[in-house]
Amino acid sequence: MKAIALAVFFLVMTVAVVAGFAAGGLRPEVASAHGARVDTVVDYVLCSSGVIFVIGHAVLFWFLVRYSGSVPVTYVQPSSAVQWRWALGVAFGMALVSEVGVLVLGLPVWAEVYGEPPADVLDAEVVGVQFNWLIRYPGKDGVYGRTDPKLVAEWNPLGLDEDDPKAADDIVLPNGRLVLPVDRMARLSLRSHDVLHSFSVPQFRTKQDLIPGFVAHTQFRPTKVGTYEIACAELCGLGHYRMRGTVVVMSQEDFAAWLAKQVGYYEGG
Amino acid sequence: MSDAHGGPKTFLGKYVFSMDHKVIGIQYLITAMAMAVVAGLLALVIRTQLAFPGLGHEVKPETYLSIVTMHGTLMVFFVISLGLVSGFGNWLIPLQVGARDMAYPLLNMLSYWVTVPACFLMLASFFVEGGAAAAGWTSYPPLSALPQAVPGSGLGTTLWLLAMALFIVSITMGSLNYLTTILNCRAPGMSMMRMPLAVWTYLISSVLGLLAFPALTAAAIMLLFDRHLGTSFFLPSGMVFGGHVLPNMGGTPLLFQHLFWFLGHPEVYVLVLPAIGLTFEVLAAFTRRPPFGYRSSVYSMLVVAVLSVIVWGHHMFTTGMDPRIGEYFSVVTVMITIPFAVLGLNLVASLWRADLRLAAPMMYAIGVISAVGIGGLGGLYLGTAASDMYFHDSYFVVGHFHFTIGTVTFLSLFAGITFWFPKMFGRKLNETASQLHFWLTMVPMFTMFLLMHYQGMGGLLRRTYDTSVYEYNVGSRWMMVPISVLAFVTFGAQLIFLANFFGSALFGKKVESDNPWQATTLEWSTPTPPPHGNWPGAVPVVERGPYDYASHPGADYVLQAQAQMAAPVGASA
Repeated sequence: MKAIALAVFFLVMTVAVVAGFAAGGLRPEVASAHGARVDTVVDYVLCSSGVIFVIGHAVLFWFLVRYSGSVPVTYVQPSSAVQWRWALGVAFGMALVSEVGVLVLGLPVWAEVYGEPPADVLDAEVVGVQFNWLIRYPGKDGVYGRTDPKLVAEWNPLGLDEDDPKAADDIVLPNGRLVLPVDRMARLSLRSHDVLHSFSVPQFRTKQDLIPGFVAHTQFRPTKVGTYEIACAELCGLGHYRMRGTVVVMSQEDFAAWLAKQVGYYEGG
Repeated sequence: MSDAHGGPKTFLGKYVFSMDHKVIGIQYLITAMAMAVVAGLLALVIRTQLAFPGLGHEVKPETYLSIVTMHGTLMVFFVISLGLVSGFGNWLIPLQVGARDMAYPLLNMLSYWVTVPACFLMLASFFVEGGAAAAGWTSYPPLSALPQAVPGSGLGTTLWLLAMALFIVSITMGSLNYLTTILNCRAPGMSMMRMPLAVWTYLISSVLGLLAFPALTAAAIMLLFDRHLGTSFFLPSGMVFGGHVLPNMGGTPLLFQHLFWFLGHPEVYVLVLPAIGLTFEVLAAFTRRPPFGYRSSVYSMLVVAVLSVIVWGHHMFTTGMDPRIGEYFSVVTVMITIPFAVLGLNLVASLWRADLRLAAPMMYAIGVISAVGIGGLGGLYLGTAASDMYFHDSYFVVGHFHFTIGTVTFLSLFAGITFWFPKMFGRKLNETASQLHFWLTMVPMFTMFLLMHYQGMGGLLRRTYDTSVYEYNVGSRWMMVPISVLAFVTFGAQLIFLANFFGSALFGKKVESDNPWQATTLEWSTPTPPPHGNWPGAVPVVERGPYDYASHPGADYVLQAQAQMAAPVGASA
């Protein structure tokens, strides 16, 4: 009776888990090039671990049902060779399943996110502060101006140095709004002014920590026009939960038009 | 150890400042239960806030973070570590290896009495200015280093660090004792390959603990220096708070993460391996068969232990480490699934041709088998660096570690307590209450932690005070309410367990037999409860392996210390 109850529980759970993941629809619709490949890795792990999960619980189910009655005591023990053969077989299978995911499917994704950027890459800087995202573009000269934490002030949240000629045309968006063109690789330089933050956009399948004292990089190619949320993924203090920003992905023409309208930080008075 | 001696006569010497490993083990278990009630109540506050954010306006964001931090810290270190490693390790190891006590009884007593102030310091931190530590159980700087970063990083974090330091002192003394006792104090005939699997797991867990905890000690001391002496181990230059640039320079917060996870990842196996060890003990007695693959289990656990100290970087995939290093960590991390798959196989295959006896300990043990599977497979999603980009810091992680170091460990603790309770107290637990507790614990635990995996699949981020700030997670947000309801059910069920435990220890039916489960290992050859020195006469001589079930026609089981057989040995096929 108890064995059957346990067996039924495992059966119901297995069916429910598989049905739940098979139904899908949980992941926000993917909106970046490498994100689609992350999804492939996730799908691969879902399928392979799902098969192992089902087999394991099917065997558990069968043993519980089969041996719950009064089975005569058996003195047959699996030989040492049999035990080792099973162990090695399972080990080999698991090695294959797990390392295929990492090496065959996973490696190219990492190469894309952390590899050499293409020539037409768009550079942007994201600076995390409690509890906001500061965005900067290098401007027409394509070079970021100097910043200095000592210059940080309410009117100058990045501490951009007025005396550096390269700083004049830098475009600063202080309100957590990152604007990007579609179908073009965006390479972000990420810094933090205070504590750890993590730049994550669920639709892009991107997550990159911001670490004070250190410039991190990540890159991705948005594939769909739209507005997405930037969520801070690393605990950064009492406002962590509301450190929300937005990414606006525009068509390339719209982006060019938007960029042309922007005024450099120390331009135009 | 010489002969059994009389033991202490006073109440204080017998039950309070005892050097008897069995008393110390039970002291640890009861301390862990008390801390579990606190940590469980904290979980209920978290779940109330998450399911009904409007209702919980008394819980401010900073208080919420303190509660999340303390729930994690207490559960990992002061409940699971204390109960499973310090509690059961103490009680079981000398009995199973045939020793009269731990190698260093005084050190053993000290290890417990260092834990007590650690517990009080942790609990006291709720009542200081700024509240308890709020930087997460991982306590990452700069958040944990600077009071201006979060209110809990004031005195609360100082107390947190001091309590952790005391805890590590305690666990180090305990591990030294386990290691020495297992290596040097075994009964005659107890060769390594005759040791019960539980003893193997404690041996491996002690070595891992001794290797890994010093890294956290160093990190805790460096963090204390950064906080109070103006050093900059973890603090870089150029940090700006409230318009002021901090004077620190030259440090990096990443150093702390490396040190923390150099402990943090092995710590998982410090906890999970003994959980699997206890489960194997229970499986053997309630299937009436030796566990499948004793040797492959031992070797697998050794491989797990070696791998566990070289994979810590998988907690840091998103920190911007060199992709080649990230790829290395990913490759070795998922390698852990290989020995774990063998352990999973051995757990399941132990039921093959079993003479199943489904008393409460076995119910929990079967629950552990399934939880090991789910927890292990969940690790694949996170260990694969490419998919971790999506799952990192999501509820998938929360669900995953609540399966591995939550469900596996708790169910195995219950399996162990219900199994050895008659030996501990000489009385029986109420079986009906245990069965009820099993169902009311396993079903909600599995359901709520599986639901968290789905929420993580939906991208929901952990440590989020109010999830309604975002729109991306709307698809999985509805699960907050059922999870919270199940959390309350689970907590309620633990009250049944506590009532059963204390009620039965004081008023339960007395056991008639020294070996009520007809098990084989040495602890069942002692009087009940075992006296000071464990065996009234000579220490038993071990004649055979730990699981001599169903191998001698005419005898269902043979105790490890039994020499003569009625039927000829070697009748096994």
